[in-house]
Amino acid sequence: MTLLALRQVSKRFGTTQALDGVSFDVAAGEVHALLGENGAGKSTLMHIAYGLMRADAGVVEVGGRATSGFASPREARRAGLGMVHQHFTSIPALSVGENIALAAGWHATGARAERRAAEVIAQLGLPLDPIRLVETLSVQLRQRLEIVMALAADARILLLDEPSAVLAPSEVRELLHTVREFAGRGGAVVLITHKLDEVFAAADRVTVLRRGVVRYSGTLVGQTPASLTRAMIGADLPRTSRAEVAPGAVVVRARALRLADAPALNFEIAAGEIVGIAAVDGNGQRTLLRAVAGVERDSISGGDLDVQQPVAFIPEDRTREALITEFSLTENLLLGTHEQSGAWIDWSAQRARTCELLEAFDVRATGPDIPASALSGGNQQKLIVARAMAQHPRVLVAEDPTRGLDVQAAAAIHERLRDAARHGVAVLLHSSDLDEVLELADRVWVMSAGALRELPRGVSREVVGEAMLGGIPR
Amino acid sequence: MIGDLLTAAVRVATPLALAAIGEMLVARGGMINLGIEGAMLAGALGAAVGASASGVGAGVGLALFAGVATAAVFAAVAVWARGDEIITGTAVTLGMIGLTGIIARQHFGLAGVGLSLPTMAAVPIPGFSRLPVVGEALFDQSLLTYLVYLMLPLSSWLLFRSRFGLELRASGEAASAAAANGVAVRRIRTLAVLFGGAMAGVAGASLVLAQVGTFTEKMTAGRGFIAIAIVILGARRPAGVAAASLLFGGAIAIQYVLQGQGGVVPYQLWLALPYVLALLVLVLSARRRGVGLEGRPSSTAPAA
Amino acid sequence: MTGFAWRSSGIRRDLATTTSAFLLGLILLTLFLKVAGFDAGAAIEALWRGSFGSWYDFTSATLVRSIPLVLLGLGFMLGSRAGALNIGMEGQFALGAIAATAVGLHAGSLSAWIAIPLVLAAGALAGALWVLVPVALRLRFGVTEVITTLLLNFVADAALSFAVTGPLQEPSHIYPQSATIAASAQLPRLLVGSRLHSGLVIALGLAAFLGVLLWKSRWGFRLRAVGANPTAALLSGRIAAGGVFASALLWSGAIAGLGGAVEVSGVSLALYQNLSPGYGFTAIAVALLGRLQPLGVVVAGLLFGALEAGGGAMQRDAGVPAVAVQVVEAVVILTMVVLGRRQTSHR
Repeated sequence: MTLLALRQVSKRFGTTQALDGVSFDVAAGEVHALLGENGAGKSTLMHIAYGLMRADAGVVEVGGRATSGFASPREARRAGLGMVHQHFTSIPALSVGENIALAAGWHATGARAERRAAEVIAQLGLPLDPIRLVETLSVQLRQRLEIVMALAADARILLLDEPSAVLAPSEVRELLHTVREFAGRGGAVVLITHKLDEVFAAADRVTVLRRGVVRYSGTLVGQTPASLTRAMIGADLPRTSRAEVAPGAVVVRARALRLADAPALNFEIAAGEIVGIAAVDGNGQRTLLRAVAGVERDSISGGDLDVQQPVAFIPEDRTREALITEFSLTENLLLGTHEQSGAWIDWSAQRARTCELLEAFDVRATGPDIPASALSGGNQQKLIVARAMAQHPRVLVAEDPTRGLDVQAAAAIHERLRDAARHGVAVLLHSSDLDEVLELADRVWVMSAGALRELPRGVSREVVGEAMLGGIPR
Repeated sequence: MIGDLLTAAVRVATPLALAAIGEMLVARGGMINLGIEGAMLAGALGAAVGASASGVGAGVGLALFAGVATAAVFAAVAVWARGDEIITGTAVTLGMIGLTGIIARQHFGLAGVGLSLPTMAAVPIPGFSRLPVVGEALFDQSLLTYLVYLMLPLSSWLLFRSRFGLELRASGEAASAAAANGVAVRRIRTLAVLFGGAMAGVAGASLVLAQVGTFTEKMTAGRGFIAIAIVILGARRPAGVAAASLLFGGAIAIQYVLQGQGGVVPYQLWLALPYVLALLVLVLSARRRGVGLEGRPSSTAPAA
Repeated sequence: MTGFAWRSSGIRRDLATTTSAFLLGLILLTLFLKVAGFDAGAAIEALWRGSFGSWYDFTSATLVRSIPLVLLGLGFMLGSRAGALNIGMEGQFALGAIAATAVGLHAGSLSAWIAIPLVLAAGALAGALWVLVPVALRLRFGVTEVITTLLLNFVADAALSFAVTGPLQEPSHIYPQSATIAASAQLPRLLVGSRLHSGLVIALGLAAFLGVLLWKSRWGFRLRAVGANPTAALLSGRIAAGGVFASALLWSGAIAGLGGAVEVSGVSLALYQNLSPGYGFTAIAVALLGRLQPLGVVVAGLLFGALEAGGGAMQRDAGVPAVAVQVVEAVVILTMVVLGRRQTSHR
């Protein structure tokens, strides 16, 4: 029995056709994977199903009743939908029980709600204590809580938006197990992902989106990772490989470096190499990267950290940490090198420099004076990379440099990072996408509970995953 | 002497506590409304107009309405049009000073001198009012003081036991997460702001009808701002707010008790005392909780 | 996160927004006056007559009132550009006036070339010192400057009251005001037969100077970066917000204090309890109406100076309390807040 169906749904953002006549359905007892690259329209489609967005055209059918879509998540919940978002929606300052009560729409709060929450948690067999404050939970437990919150209002249709982003591989397996059980009890599950192994591990059917259009929809019979990849990307993934470069002089050296109360770290990074850090969210990689970048020196509680200057930094959040969105492109490019400009700024020289950099780094912009907010995400990131490289760094620190970018834009950023390394820059990189780390890095480091370990070249994804959880690699 | 001071302190603390209880809910919703100074002033004028026309009951009613109406302007601009709440609150207060000036002039004539209003008599609570030292101070006051006693547990229930409170706290702590959980953040915040306005209006009524007995231009003199300091000092909790209100009530009451006695200290020192105290309190509470460098509540960003 | 990082969207559009905000304020004031039972026509006419009615009214009332508004508006603009909301200019103005009076009373033996700069410097210094407490509390303890500067207004009011009844009271000890400051400490008049004084030159000069400083200098670049996005300024520009924020707020306080000194040495020539009819708050409206741009602040200051001057005439001739013009100010601020928001959220 079909529980949720979307028919001929279209949605346009400005000049981008995010969804173009997409149809999708999921039945009771079924896990239906929604596969696609970043920006393919998966989240948009589910946001429409869940009442977070209105479609320009199309029909949303729940339990056989056709509507033009829910006006709010509240309505969607009432109709039996639950959603686990990419970002946590639990509220750290409230207790587990209060969060569940909030999500479930219960009227009672306090002790009674906590008792009811305990029942729900017990039904799902999860290790959560209703009176604990969410801010004291680990990232993994918060992820579990998200599922409880999504199901607490007796949802029959569960939408999971890339739920594995913050999890290590073995935790993903447990998550998929929970999801299958929910389907086994007659629920319907939509699993949004861009990871093929999750599709093959848990899904009954798969729908592949590319640029807002359905490229494949059906069972997994006869499908292979390669065939789904082709549907997702449009062609076989180009595997660029980099000629092996003999590492140069050591430019970053840490001796007994202590960050807050984490274990002491010892490492070296040489000119011309890309070091990739694999880690589950919240294991100290952010602190380490920012200490090396020199923007959070306060976190260093002991030991030595030698970093040859200049260091360029690409922070994780483009619009909040990297750019001043209402500043012009010229002003944004000046940021970080303004100390070299003298007490008075020569704006016409700066403008000329901006035009050169826009050209050299292929930033598509109508001019040097438009605000950074007018650029697309991919062009913003290119601008940020341009700024970093214009500082002629010896060390480049990059946090999640392709987050939220489409395949082409991500490939362009990858090429820039490799290019930097070819020119003798030491690159230290973290990505929440393990595959990106494995693809780019000459050396793979794993961070877990603040401890750092280097893995040998060419290790398998599984071994890295094990190490991310603190296990000992074979 | 101590008994007199305590009685005066409770009387002065009453409008502060009423306004602070309202602002406590606003703060729990992740906002700061500097317009409650204006709402309090509007309430004061409403009380004066209502009471002079048809008694104290009408005065309190009109004060409540005036407070809500003032807060509605803040809600419209800061919550719905997403204007900067600090600037919006300042403007609302500024506008209310002008508007109450116009209306007062028209209603009460030129200077408003000699305006004498019906006031609320103290209503002793049998038995309790005879208690030594605190009896008269706590239980021989106007009905609006007893409203504070009622609103304290009620606001506690509202915040920590009701669905409204849960949604309000969720909106205040993490607005976009609350919205993702189906909370209508702007509606919840609007309700809190209107409630805050109602309480500030009644606070103005208590200032006019149970304390001063007349209306003068700008008579609230920053009491609304002190209420905000009280909320911060009281850690946004009813018991804390009650204690902080009493502290500030005492600081203001001292000038009434000591002013008459002359002395070597210039009386302006007593005028400044409550504000200096408020500053000290902000420092101490920031020290205790380690407020971030941002300075403002972290979750003032409107919901996505 | 920071309240307003206006993006100028062309001078023509800015003018249209500003004019409509101002007109809306006037219309609402007329409406309120009508509803309250005043003769709105007479009031608006008095408003016009008192501000632009004659050359004398324009120079002696409107322009004279504009000077403190432009100065304080520039002060608020400077703070806001760094993300600091200085709601305490009323207090800094009062402290500046007290210090200027204290110096001006004893400057009789000095030449004007020394006395006037000394008086102005004393005012600016006092304003900066008065805002030092909020700066320290913000940097050291993270207490928001909004509340601290606001609370200090009331303390400053008490200090002013103490000054005019205590140490600075006139010799006969009857009136709550100071004696007239020394002639050499008084700002020269600009026009014969008008009260317009050379504070106008100071205000216009400061506006031009701040314009150059904010948009051409590295200091101004840092300040605007911190105000627009402190996180990006730190992570991508390695600009520590604390120092920039502190200097902007201190200069903002100094400018407000200078405003108080200019008022004493140019207009009142003595210290009074009610020296400021709320300039510190009106200046917020001036800065916002001027879209946090120096030229805009000058124009908006002129408009509000006219409003204040007209308000005085309105009280004299139509019996409408002068505070009524604050309704216009409030409406202007609220309109600008809403429209400013709209424009930045359009992208």
